[in-house]
Amino acid sequence: MDVFFYIAVAIAIFSTIMAISRRNAIHALLYLILSLLAVSVVFYLLSAPFIAALEVIIYAGAIMVLFIFVVMMLNIGLEKSMEKKWLNPRMWIIPSLLAGILLVVLFLALSNVGSLTENKGDILPKQVGISLFSTYLLGVEIAGILLMAGVIGAYHLSSQNKKVTHRFLEKK
Amino acid sequence: MNYLLIIGITLFVVLSIAAGLIWIERRLLSVWQDRLGPNRVGPFGLFQVIADTIKLFFKEDWVPPFSDKPVFILAPGILMVTILLTFAVIPFAPDFYVFDSNIGILFFLGNSSLGVYSIVLGGWASNNKYSFIGAMRASAQMLTYEVFMGLSLMGVVMMADSFSFRAIVEAQKDCWFIIPQFFGFVVFFIAGVAETHRLPFDIPEAEGELIAGYHSEYSGMKFGMFFVGEYLGVTLISAIIATLFFGGWLGPSFLPPAFWFFLKTFFFIFVFILLRASLPRPRYDQLMSLGWKLLLPLALLNILITGAVLLFLK
Repeated sequence: MDVFFYIAVAIAIFSTIMAISRRNAIHALLYLILSLLAVSVVFYLLSAPFIAALEVIIYAGAIMVLFIFVVMMLNIGLEKSMEKKWLNPRMWIIPSLLAGILLVVLFLALSNVGSLTENKGDILPKQVGISLFSTYLLGVEIAGILLMAGVIGAYHLSSQNKKVTHRFLEKK
Repeated sequence: MNYLLIIGITLFVVLSIAAGLIWIERRLLSVWQDRLGPNRVGPFGLFQVIADTIKLFFKEDWVPPFSDKPVFILAPGILMVTILLTFAVIPFAPDFYVFDSNIGILFFLGNSSLGVYSIVLGGWASNNKYSFIGAMRASAQMLTYEVFMGLSLMGVVMMADSFSFRAIVEAQKDCWFIIPQFFGFVVFFIAGVAETHRLPFDIPEAEGELIAGYHSEYSGMKFGMFFVGEYLGVTLISAIIATLFFGGWLGPSFLPPAFWFFLKTFFFIFVFILLRASLPRPRYDQLMSLGWKLLLPLALLNILITGAVLLFLK
């Protein structure tokens, strides 16, 4: 199973790099979706099938469709010459070197963990539900309040009085 | 049984049903509209499908020069892959399934939410105003209907105590879930029609106003994949309704279980075609308000009541 794990991880890293280096916004988003799917495979191999399914349904399925929707609406998929200037080596070479050093440190720290995909039995949806509504109840409720704020905000933004502009419907 | 054999048989059966549906739909529509329909090629016009397929293979496969080529070519493939993958978790008979997953329903929901991309990307990559409007409508419609498509199945999951299709069928030994989960069934059926964007919910392609919507630039086998993909989607939703609400392969034992499964599936396929023959297309805002204002509260109420009753009975 370790082989599958490393293949999925390699695809995730490669597609994320492609996602941040594409100039065409839609192509970048497609690579990001691929990266999310690869992460979902990683979750599955770490014996968490429920989280893997939610990763596909919520992140790759719902949130990224919204992203693509907005990008298509604003029509920013086309190449802009401005963005070519943002991708010169002076901008990214030092941060990526520093991030590389951090990656090496992380590898060294994790090198004695042993096999990651050792099967300890799948974590079933029921167990996830029970721990969400007992151990992590506070977190669930805080997330619920946050979403409620989003719903109220969206309602407020969309409920402004619209002026009727049709000549037959206008009140005199 | 051998895995590869099962996969091969499943693919063959499902693809033949989807292709055959093209003929079945045209004949049934003509019965309901008091005319004959295709009856010239072969017995009862059965070879019409083969003639159409051969024609599709030999048509020029034109990729518009103004399109985004890689995305344009990728889009029809996504549709076929996501729908065909979902058939893997559906049990056709007690011992005939590709794999029995403990996240079966979530696998189906995940695949159907990825299926949206084929239509959205196909419409965007065509770089054509009509296709683009079709893609816009498709993404809003399918995002909306996905929300309570998932929620409407949660009552079934609660009653069967599992996400696995096999466990759900076995939990219906005494009583099909259509009776305790009637509202879940209604919501799922409407959401299923919207997910496959069949008439009356074919607003993304609406040939009267958008020519063919998201696939108006497609030709040859790429168009064929969108076309067959739609029938595959109809077959898939019918098979899932039969499995989750009507007891799947369960039935009197004088006939094999697979027969009962296909009988129920075909019944719902015919209902899909009857819907197309009889209902007009709603306006776009009517579709949206039906979804958010009626079906979503209904699905949530169904979950609440099912949960309360199950807790009370324990």
